[in-house]
Amino acid sequence: MATIKVKVNGVEHTSDVEPRLLLVHYIREVLRLTGTHIGCDTSHCGACTVIMDGRAVKSCTVFAIQADGRDVLTVEGLERDGKLHPLQEGFFQEHGLQCGYCTPGMLMTGAAFLESNSAPTEDEIRHAISGNLCRCTGYVNIVKAYQYAAQKMRKGGA
Amino acid sequence: MEPRTTPEIGGLGHSVKRKEDPRFIRGQGTYVDDVVLPDMLYLDIVRSPFAHATIKSIDASKALAIPGVAAVITGKDLAQYNLHWMPTLMSDTQMVLPVDKVMYQAQEVAAVLATSRYIAADGIDAVEVDYDPLPVVVDPKKALLPDAPVLRTDKEGKKDNHIWHWEWGDRTATDKTFQEAEVTVKEDIYIPRIHVSSIETCGCVAHFNKVTGKLTVWMTTQAPHAIRTVFALVAGHVGLAEHKIQIISPDIGGGFGGKVPVYPGYVIAVAASVLTGKPVKWIEDRMENLQADSFARDYHMTAELAGKKDGTVTGLRIKTIADHGYTDAAANPSKFPAGLFHICTGSYDLKAAHVEVDGAYTNKPPGGIAYRCSFRVTEAVHAIERITDVMAHEIGMDPAEFRLKNFIKPEQFPYKSALGWEYDSGNYAGALKLAMQKVGYDDLRKEQAEKRAKGELMGIGISSFTEIVGAGPSKHFDILGLKMFDSAEIRVHPTGKVIARFGTKSQGQGHETTYAQIIAEELGIPVADIVVEEGDTDTAPYGLGTYASRSTPVAGAACAIAARKIRDKAKKIAAHLLEAHEDDLDWEPGKFFVKGSPDRAKTIQEISLAAYTNHPPGMEAGLEAVDYYDPPNLTYPFGSYICVVDIDKGTGEVKIRRFVAVDDCGNIINPMIVEGQIHGGLTMGLAPAMYEEIQYDESGNNLNGSFMNYLVPTAVETPRWETDKTCTPSPHHPLGAKGVGESATVGAPAAIVNAVVDALWHLGVRHIDIPITPAKVWKLLREKGVSE
Repeated sequence: MATIKVKVNGVEHTSDVEPRLLLVHYIREVLRLTGTHIGCDTSHCGACTVIMDGRAVKSCTVFAIQADGRDVLTVEGLERDGKLHPLQEGFFQEHGLQCGYCTPGMLMTGAAFLESNSAPTEDEIRHAISGNLCRCTGYVNIVKAYQYAAQKMRKGGA
Repeated sequence: MEPRTTPEIGGLGHSVKRKEDPRFIRGQGTYVDDVVLPDMLYLDIVRSPFAHATIKSIDASKALAIPGVAAVITGKDLAQYNLHWMPTLMSDTQMVLPVDKVMYQAQEVAAVLATSRYIAADGIDAVEVDYDPLPVVVDPKKALLPDAPVLRTDKEGKKDNHIWHWEWGDRTATDKTFQEAEVTVKEDIYIPRIHVSSIETCGCVAHFNKVTGKLTVWMTTQAPHAIRTVFALVAGHVGLAEHKIQIISPDIGGGFGGKVPVYPGYVIAVAASVLTGKPVKWIEDRMENLQADSFARDYHMTAELAGKKDGTVTGLRIKTIADHGYTDAAANPSKFPAGLFHICTGSYDLKAAHVEVDGAYTNKPPGGIAYRCSFRVTEAVHAIERITDVMAHEIGMDPAEFRLKNFIKPEQFPYKSALGWEYDSGNYAGALKLAMQKVGYDDLRKEQAEKRAKGELMGIGISSFTEIVGAGPSKHFDILGLKMFDSAEIRVHPTGKVIARFGTKSQGQGHETTYAQIIAEELGIPVADIVVEEGDTDTAPYGLGTYASRSTPVAGAACAIAARKIRDKAKKIAAHLLEAHEDDLDWEPGKFFVKGSPDRAKTIQEISLAAYTNHPPGMEAGLEAVDYYDPPNLTYPFGSYICVVDIDKGTGEVKIRRFVAVDDCGNIINPMIVEGQIHGGLTMGLAPAMYEEIQYDESGNNLNGSFMNYLVPTAVETPRWETDKTCTPSPHHPLGAKGVGESATVGAPAAIVNAVVDALWHLGVRHIDIPITPAKVWKLLREKGVSE
């Protein structure tokens, strides 16, 4: 067992964890934040994407102990003071989700991406989400949701 | 169709934002792996490395020595309760856990129960199994040869690997069309084994309460009621009775047909909970999902078309070998072992047709379930749309002109097909002409001619498909005897708010929104005032579930009829309140009023209150209705897709430049949701056409068992779909709707293959099996002497 201190969605947690515990299981099963999903074993699907120190990472490929001393943001932390993140709003307005399973990962990838590129082209968006698989939407409306959010963030809506 | 209701009410035709989204965009959905119960055990499964082997021994002692491992369950343990085999939906049998031999790689061999998922994983590594490999049969054609080893030795007297022979149509009349034909064409067309790969895998939490005797199972199922009945039938002898089984299908992360069957993992989890008295969670990982869950397609077809030199088609013959793996665990209606494959005459007015299918056992996991398609309809559409294109090219006629010449005409509906289906409505030429106009067909053909003159490879492919969905009329459609009706139960509360429950189960289709819109349309109650629930067998009315695009055609119809029953009662209450005769009342969405006196009116909300506070003497209080809808016919959505490709002669890469999809699903409930379904369906048509295939080597090893090599398309490969629609309502559905979830998956692959073959026909290429990989095209180009 190792003791880790992780800040998740602004809250400091101290936990004793097995060194082999994956960050995704720490988030889901220790902290009971079940918005972060698991869809594969090989880091391909991106359903488990969270933001760690500002970077989108696949939490199935990070050990919980690697998050020691770091700042993690999950889908549950996107909404601030009762106000949805522009991407959450975009997904709702543009019908960017169907079954909802890939959605948290798509949101977290996007939240990090739009911080680094506030006016992405469609090609840039498609490449940004190419590590996140969606089986329902054909990606069309996910792209639109990103565009909706980018525009809103440029206007200072974030 | 213009909406009849205001956007605030949100009836048919409004793109109402989805009611399910607020929880999903906040990560607040409840999927099965989110369910955690006190004292819960985790189940993990030991799987076979061999495709066919005798089990000599299973030694669990090292696993049991690991702290936290609670139990190891083997086939012998289950055999004590006669639970080691279970029936499939097609009345074949499937092992839950094997006693003496395994039949495919990744088959369940033993189960480990532990206090955490990590310890359970340690446990399965520590279980020692001694196997004796047996000869493996992976090719269904070889499986049917007389000298093939017999795989199902469990079946007494079984002397071969043949499962069943099924045929349909008039053989003599069909053969006559071929004898009299001026032109015939013939192609072998293989549709490979593919996997739905919903992003959420399968799993369950089973909880048997020893005190109450009640079993509750949260599980990833598209058909919770049918599952409850199956569990009661299979496990009745160990004391599980149907009134004490509750199946809860929580939020489902995509289904597409893969969550219809009962997998061994569910049954083992239930058995483990009954044995231990503790809740048991089983969640498969992606590799288990891709290697052991049921598969789709795997159809080896030989299609032949007969016709005249002027381009008139007359007859169709198809022979098929269906690879079902080691058991027929497909999810077809009982009377149709090859599903609705006999929709294969498609959109064309053929004189005669005949189809034959033979099922074969092989050393593979069970096959034959859906991949976002209704009961083998994709296979049928692929065959007819490919062979039609081959014929058009063969006689040198433009494939669009060829189709327009042979389409069933709008005035021929209702149309009785050569294989006996009664198509409800259609305007096939209308859809194709719109697609041609949208894509700029004539200009593209000119461009193609210019490019060909320069040696460049460009192709245009058409697919004009006809779907068959909404199973189905109880006369012909049942699963294990359960008739394929579906149900709706609507209750209006005193304040005019509504709860409605259904026998179906959304896996992303948006039922919470669309069913509410149907009620809003029929009763004028705003969508915001309506809650829709599905998936809990203790509360929802019995239904056969959501697959094969049946929710709108069947449960959607039940919803409209139940709402109309409520409106009929509301009218009586309104007459009582207005002191008018029922016949003197008129309805507009949301209120009854006296004819000619629009201000003498009662709103549906006032009527709802009166149903509980001031109902007419002699009338029952309350305002609710149930409907079990038995559809009079299936529905026949259709569309025309046009795909434009450019091929890189150097690499063999096929680049989809344009893809125009014109769909007709009759009247539309929510245009936004329908368009979203088509986007997703097209992408699941692209996937098998270009990328996805589960292959096996000669030893039965799965070569595509993870997302490393099973290529689900990303946003980068996926084209920018262009969609449009025509609207030909179904004449028999209460709302004129037809269903849409699968149309695009059914129609898209043929458009893509037809485009690629169109680009290469002049080189002598007549057909390419999907998936069309760069390697396949590169090899063909080199064979045909094309240089970079």
